[in-house]
Amino acid sequence: MAVSVDEAVSTGPTRERTPPTRRLGGRGRSVLEIALLTVLAVVMLFPVLWMIETSIKENRDVYAVPAQFFGFSVTIDHFKDVFVAPGGGRSDLSVAFLNSAVVAGVSTVLATVLGVPAAWAYSRFAVKAKKDQLFFILSTRFMPPVVVVIPIFLMYRQVGLIDSKLGLILIYTAFNAPFTIWMMKGFVDEVPAEYEDAAMLDGYTRLQAFWRHTLPLLVPGIAATAVFALIFSWNEFVFAIFLTSSDSVRTAPPAIAGLIGGTTTDWGLVAAASVVFALPVLVFAYLVRKHLIAGVTLGAVRR
Amino acid sequence: MLATVFISPALLLLLAMSVFPLLWALYLSFTDYSATRGGPARFVGFGNYTAILTSAQVHQRALTTLIYVVGAVALQTVLGFGIAYLISRRTHGRGLLTTLFLVPMMLSPVVVGLFWRFMLDAQFGVINSMLGSLGLGQVEWLTRQRTALISLIVVDTWQWTPFIMLIALAGLTAVPKYLYEAASIDRASEWFRFRTITLPLVWPLLLIAVMFRAIEAFRLFDLVYILTNGGPGVSTETLSFHVYKVAFLGFNTGTASAYGILMVLVVIVLTQLYLRYLNKLKEG
Repeated sequence: MAVSVDEAVSTGPTRERTPPTRRLGGRGRSVLEIALLTVLAVVMLFPVLWMIETSIKENRDVYAVPAQFFGFSVTIDHFKDVFVAPGGGRSDLSVAFLNSAVVAGVSTVLATVLGVPAAWAYSRFAVKAKKDQLFFILSTRFMPPVVVVIPIFLMYRQVGLIDSKLGLILIYTAFNAPFTIWMMKGFVDEVPAEYEDAAMLDGYTRLQAFWRHTLPLLVPGIAATAVFALIFSWNEFVFAIFLTSSDSVRTAPPAIAGLIGGTTTDWGLVAAASVVFALPVLVFAYLVRKHLIAGVTLGAVRR
Repeated sequence: MLATVFISPALLLLLAMSVFPLLWALYLSFTDYSATRGGPARFVGFGNYTAILTSAQVHQRALTTLIYVVGAVALQTVLGFGIAYLISRRTHGRGLLTTLFLVPMMLSPVVVGLFWRFMLDAQFGVINSMLGSLGLGQVEWLTRQRTALISLIVVDTWQWTPFIMLIALAGLTAVPKYLYEAASIDRASEWFRFRTITLPLVWPLLLIAVMFRAIEAFRLFDLVYILTNGGPGVSTETLSFHVYKVAFLGFNTGTASAYGILMVLVVIVLTQLYLRYLNKLKEG
């Protein structure tokens, strides 16, 4: 497919204006289409706006019936509650955010360190049954997490990895490695192998050629891939809720989900925590928007 | 060899964290092992498998899952393609529109689930409030058997329509312009152009997106867990959710493992179809 994601997301006027005399009613149709798009955009974005609005509303306005769209009193108390415990000191949620950052960060680094060399090897060498190996790697990623978590749970209980950050880091690394390999293989394929051949003629070994010539060219690709791995681990919920239980280990998704357990739910706090949780993801996703198609299809679909 | 040195660490990790656990689950699926009772596991042959395959409960969950997967993926495909088509016809602001439409997809299912739960609340939810101000009746979105499954489909559609849109848009922008120009010289009708140029060229990529979504929807767990917790009754219990209940609430680990293995088989078949097709597409 001759598709570049750049084109799909580019801002420039890539298509010529359709001549106004093309057909009768062309303008009316255009207005209709714009109206339809606007309505759809509002519908898609309303929940996000409502979440942001709720996070800065006073509690009585959060539960107001009918709902208050405008003219509510603004407060930042909910955001304060996300980070500061009622009696002062750090809140459980802020610890969870920190845990999430550690788990997502370390597992991303590990997946990158394991995945990039493998991707390079798959791209450059005639590996036995290469296609089968690559398909096997990708299919591990499609396993239903609820199913995988049952034996993982027993395995972790046996070796004492239950309720530990290391356990989560390991499973997230295993779950991001297939993605890293597939995504990076695409990037390595784009770097001509001739660069390495030329370097080897100059007397470098294959490894040196990879290290000095190919790797620097892969840095943007590695960055984009790592950002996706970071987002996946940051958002992950199923393994987190079944493999961790204590507040000191628990990551943010189960911690936020835990806010609705009791008889009453502080929706303002849920909203504020969700905003704090989602904001970095949106920023990161914006940074890698050019690679979004490859990223969300686990590197399977690209240009 | 350098290739082996570079590849084997990643493969070993996958063997340890994906293949070994699955083999263990395969072994447990032939026993009556329970994670809480402890004690040695007794071999029960295919007992667990026949129990699951003949269970009316499982049949019901399979039907729920089927309705959910087909309903959600169909809605997403129609809407996603529609939005992509509308965006592709615009000359200005395409980048901004695309970025805005993509936001739901990047959110964690936890955030999405929680937020829709709040919005769909029967008493103070904003959706009912809006229906009220339009003079319409209130709907118990998450607490009635029939509406709960519909709500689940709606929320999943809200989150994943952007996925289909993104891929369809890539297909649409790749259609060579000269084809349309040639068609307009021939005074071909718009519907004819859509049917003979646009659709055949976008279809392969769209099918990839649909298959990908179908696999993901089949595995879905987190949204159900947060939004409805399977209820009311068992009306929104998908297969994934049922496996969880058998494994972690009933602690019938052997049965749950057999259940899981059967689900894995379904996923493997779906994934094989997907990968075969993907491969054909890449070579073609």
